[in-house]
Amino acid sequence: MTVFAQTGVLARRNLLHVLSDPEQLIGITVQPLMFLLLFVYVFGGAISGSTTGYLEFVLPGLLVQGIGFGTTQTAIGLNADFQRGLIDRFRSLPMARSAVVAGRVTADIGRTAWMCLITVGVGAALGFRLHGGVAGAIGAFGLVLAVGVAMCWVMAFLGVSLRSAEAVQTAGFLLILPLTFASSVLVPAASMPGWLQAFVKVNPISVFVTAMRGLLLGGPVAAPVLQSAAWIVGMCVVFGTLTVSRYRRRA
Amino acid sequence: MPTEFAIRTDLLDKSFGRTRVLDQLTLEVPAGAIYGLLGPNGAGKTTLVRILATLLTPDAGRAFVLGRDVVAQPQRVREVIGLTGQYAAVDDLISARENLYLIGRLLGLRPRAARARGAQLLAAFGLSEVAGTTVKSYSGGMRRRLDLAASLVGRPAVLFLDEPTTGLDLASRNELWDMIRVLAADGTTVLLTTQYLEEADRLAGRVMVIDHGRTVAEGTPAELKGMAGGQVLEVRPLHGADVGGAATVLADLTGAGRPVVAGDLLCVRVPDDDLVAAAARSLDVAGIPVRHFVVRLPSLDEAFLAITGQHEAGASR
Repeated sequence: MTVFAQTGVLARRNLLHVLSDPEQLIGITVQPLMFLLLFVYVFGGAISGSTTGYLEFVLPGLLVQGIGFGTTQTAIGLNADFQRGLIDRFRSLPMARSAVVAGRVTADIGRTAWMCLITVGVGAALGFRLHGGVAGAIGAFGLVLAVGVAMCWVMAFLGVSLRSAEAVQTAGFLLILPLTFASSVLVPAASMPGWLQAFVKVNPISVFVTAMRGLLLGGPVAAPVLQSAAWIVGMCVVFGTLTVSRYRRRA
Repeated sequence: MPTEFAIRTDLLDKSFGRTRVLDQLTLEVPAGAIYGLLGPNGAGKTTLVRILATLLTPDAGRAFVLGRDVVAQPQRVREVIGLTGQYAAVDDLISARENLYLIGRLLGLRPRAARARGAQLLAAFGLSEVAGTTVKSYSGGMRRRLDLAASLVGRPAVLFLDEPTTGLDLASRNELWDMIRVLAADGTTVLLTTQYLEEADRLAGRVMVIDHGRTVAEGTPAELKGMAGGQVLEVRPLHGADVGGAATVLADLTGAGRPVVAGDLLCVRVPDDDLVAAAARSLDVAGIPVRHFVVRLPSLDEAFLAITGQHEAGASR
């Protein structure tokens, strides 16, 4: 059996968790909906002068932010497998070492796709229009999934590195909150102090959001998409390697 | 590497930080046997099982399962082993059926074969009726049975059971023991770690006692009982008031152990038969009538205490 088949079997198991747990199912459906409604109607008028104007600005960013918060589940899930002793069972089977983590990441991409569809669907109902055309929309969907994969590997590393579920939850939150808020997700960087603008500019979340805006709303895409691709590949390689080696060594 | 032993370790060392957990441990388990690994908490039993199951690597020494080197050929070892740990390592959030299907597929079975093998095991372990419910709602005994079933999906030739009945009630324990006996009768080699002497006595053909990562004793349960200084004399005086007197009389017997009093029952180790006759005479002379006077082999409990006690004394010298 190949590593791909094993990954698929494990991804199926992780998706069964979501499907058999109404709370999780409601969570991943309500969370993107709530984020969108809250941000658009609470901040929209103050930031953009109108909710429809802000909707266009914020929706591409919320897709990226949603992935950031959504993938903390990767860390929590992997950590729980260690706590339950399941990882010991998997490691005593003649299977590929990487399949456990890869299966988790694959399942979480499925969840991510679902959350993005909810956000875009609700956004469309509120008046969001794709100015970037069908090609742009497809590109944006591909990019958002790729960002999801990259973020999953970062979170997977947290999940196998930290001991307790509480530590994982806290670390995930402390990582994602500043990364998504100190970025161009919610407001344009122009109003921020200079030192913060410098950070926002190099923050990969901003890079992803700029590319998403280009793809969904029309505008320059080549440079931000290339930068995003570089970040995504880098994150996957670095954190993928770290995670798998940490997973192998963790007793 | 000769394969007459299903499991063989040669001078295994393992330390965690500055704590030595295994100290030159050598173990030989013949194929098709239930072998008991007995020792108190922290003796190194779990560490040994984890090394044999390729979850840990030893600092020094070698270990083989069916002649396959656990360090050099871990994947080939994994092909032939099953592992049931101290706590039930099953997925709480999915059903028993899905748990076994998952393991079957990971072992390379096709979907239909994985389903069939799962159904077969669920039936054998009395879980068919709850097969579709999430494991979260299972009792402790049901979880352990599922855990054991999960370790059997690949029909392992060698099965590691690390304290399989810890925390189970008596009925569940008996059920699990019966299942383990059936497995061994089918030719599976079982390495069983336990803190329960009774468990080792009931199941294992041979037992190794370990403490502080070292072998303290090895043999059949009967041999281990013999090592504890031979037989035990039990005396119960006719009148409860005579218990103290009887204890004094037995304590004065030269060559016998110190009598242990439990209620109105006195137990004393008597290494040779002459002491039994001497005890009878002394009690008669002291005018203490008895209603129970029996010589028996020590229980494995008494043997265990005697063996690990000697070891402690030897180590502290």
